[in-house]
Amino acid sequence: MKVITAHNLTKRFGSFTAVDGISFEVEKGEIFGFLGANGAGKTTAMRMFCGLSRPTSGEATVAGFDVFTQQEQIKRHIGYMSQKFSLYEDLTVKENFTLFGGIYGMKPSQIRENFGLTVGRLGIEKYADTLVGGLPLGWKQKLAFSLSVFHSPEIVFLDEPTGGVDPVARRQFWEMIYDAADKGITVFVTTHYMDEAEYCDRVSIMVDGRVEALDSPRNLKQKFNADDMYGVFLYLARTAKRS
Amino acid sequence: MRRFASFVKKEFIHIFRDRVTMLILFLMPIVMIVLFSYAVTTEVKCIQTAVLDLSGDFATRKIITALENDGYFQITRILHSPNELQTVFNDGKINLAVVFSENFAESLHHGTGASLQLLADGTEANSAAMYVNYAQGVLRGCLFDFNRLDGAAPVINTNVKMLYNPSGKSEYNFVPGVMGLMLLLINAMMTSVSIVREKERGTMEMLLASPLPPFQIILAKLAPYFTVSAAVLAIILLFSRFMLGVPIAGNIFLLLGLCLLYIFVALALGLLISTIVNSQLAAMLVSGMVLMMPTMLLSGLMFPIESMPKILQWLSCIVPARWFIAALKKVMIQGVGFENAITEFAVLGFMAAFYVALSLKKFKIRL
Repeated sequence: MKVITAHNLTKRFGSFTAVDGISFEVEKGEIFGFLGANGAGKTTAMRMFCGLSRPTSGEATVAGFDVFTQQEQIKRHIGYMSQKFSLYEDLTVKENFTLFGGIYGMKPSQIRENFGLTVGRLGIEKYADTLVGGLPLGWKQKLAFSLSVFHSPEIVFLDEPTGGVDPVARRQFWEMIYDAADKGITVFVTTHYMDEAEYCDRVSIMVDGRVEALDSPRNLKQKFNADDMYGVFLYLARTAKRS
Repeated sequence: MRRFASFVKKEFIHIFRDRVTMLILFLMPIVMIVLFSYAVTTEVKCIQTAVLDLSGDFATRKIITALENDGYFQITRILHSPNELQTVFNDGKINLAVVFSENFAESLHHGTGASLQLLADGTEANSAAMYVNYAQGVLRGCLFDFNRLDGAAPVINTNVKMLYNPSGKSEYNFVPGVMGLMLLLINAMMTSVSIVREKERGTMEMLLASPLPPFQIILAKLAPYFTVSAAVLAIILLFSRFMLGVPIAGNIFLLLGLCLLYIFVALALGLLISTIVNSQLAAMLVSGMVLMMPTMLLSGLMFPIESMPKILQWLSCIVPARWFIAALKKVMIQGVGFENAITEFAVLGFMAAFYVALSLKKFKIRL
């Protein structure tokens, strides 16, 4: 089943074409890596899929809803985690989850139940009533991810979720992503870390607003005759005219 | 509705958890009113006066006694030669000096022009003008008496009464001013900072990606500040009514309606600022420089608008607080009805509509 489809999706700002006719499909339960240099158009593309920005032309659906006309329905069926681990620091862990559960229209009983499961899985039951501001960065980031899948969305969009986090925490974070994917949540993730790209089922690489390569990490390495994803990325990113 | 309610709840947690800010918000208006009315006072108390009496006759003694009995003058130095004048002013212990010419009473009697000199310390120009004014008031009273004794042509004795504020208290001016300032501070500055904080921290993206409609996000952000400003408003009114004795002469509902209108203008301004800037610091600076400064200087809170240069008078027309304070003085202190303050209400209403429309449009574009 396809949960994301894009066909010639384009976004222009004035005369600047940020996203230039990208086309691809993402399967349910897939971990889809969305790579590209800074300014390649990743974030713009992601914002269109999240219903935050209207495409200029092309077609796309997310969770079966049209990105032009059904942005509200899309927002109900996705989770989103921004680059800054967006939790409210002056709220406790529990208050953060109660807030977002409420915003996504979950019932209080459902929120309680899910919250119990979440803190149990993270092993932080005794910090449920601690202010988020006092927690270590690695925890905040795991909490932010848990928050983005708290309402059991069909797809979760992660925008550079591991920036500034140490390698051990990143490894643990990816285990959480695998858990989510096992439960059937599709993961759409942008990253700058090439080792993380290796963890993805399939990877697309954007250059100057276009998708220049799309395949499994294994096939990509073969095709571009590189030892690792870093080699593939450099080979493609070198052709960029922007940046 | 549940979505909206949980978001509003979070906004209240933000505010109430920030104890220091809360405390400042509720204490600031009281401190400001007290400070303004005592420190920035235009009333004159205890003028340190020196007297140089070169004549020493009954007329000069009568004037000196009249000054002493007036209650505002304290005669602390009696001088004997003009050379001492410079010294006492240099020491800074004297605000005003009264110098009588020789043969004062005689010249007065013969109508050849008795002369009297008032010297005031001009380093504080406003106060100096007030001192001289007060002294001249006393002198006029004495002159009236002398003329009567002499059986000379009667002069006009003026009888002054200040309407609405019989004792000339400065609180009457500062209470409306502080209300104008505080409501702007809470609704414009704090609202803009709180919205920009969400942008800065990246939580705004998360909220916009959620099913919560943008309009509800804005509404929920405004709700707590609206509540807080209502509470602060109540505190100011109760404090000024029962502690300072400033009357609420007009219709209380008209007064509250006026405040509501002004709060709308301030909220819309806060929203507008939040759509323009991207950091909390910038929001603070913009609301401080573009909103608070003109409000302090051009609203009539500190300096009367009538005595400003023409260009500043025109400029003051775009300051919402100017219209709010003017209307508040009419409604609260003078106790007149809506029909007397219709211009102010109309201007504020127009500003509210204009800024709300502008900021909503800006907010849409940003999405």
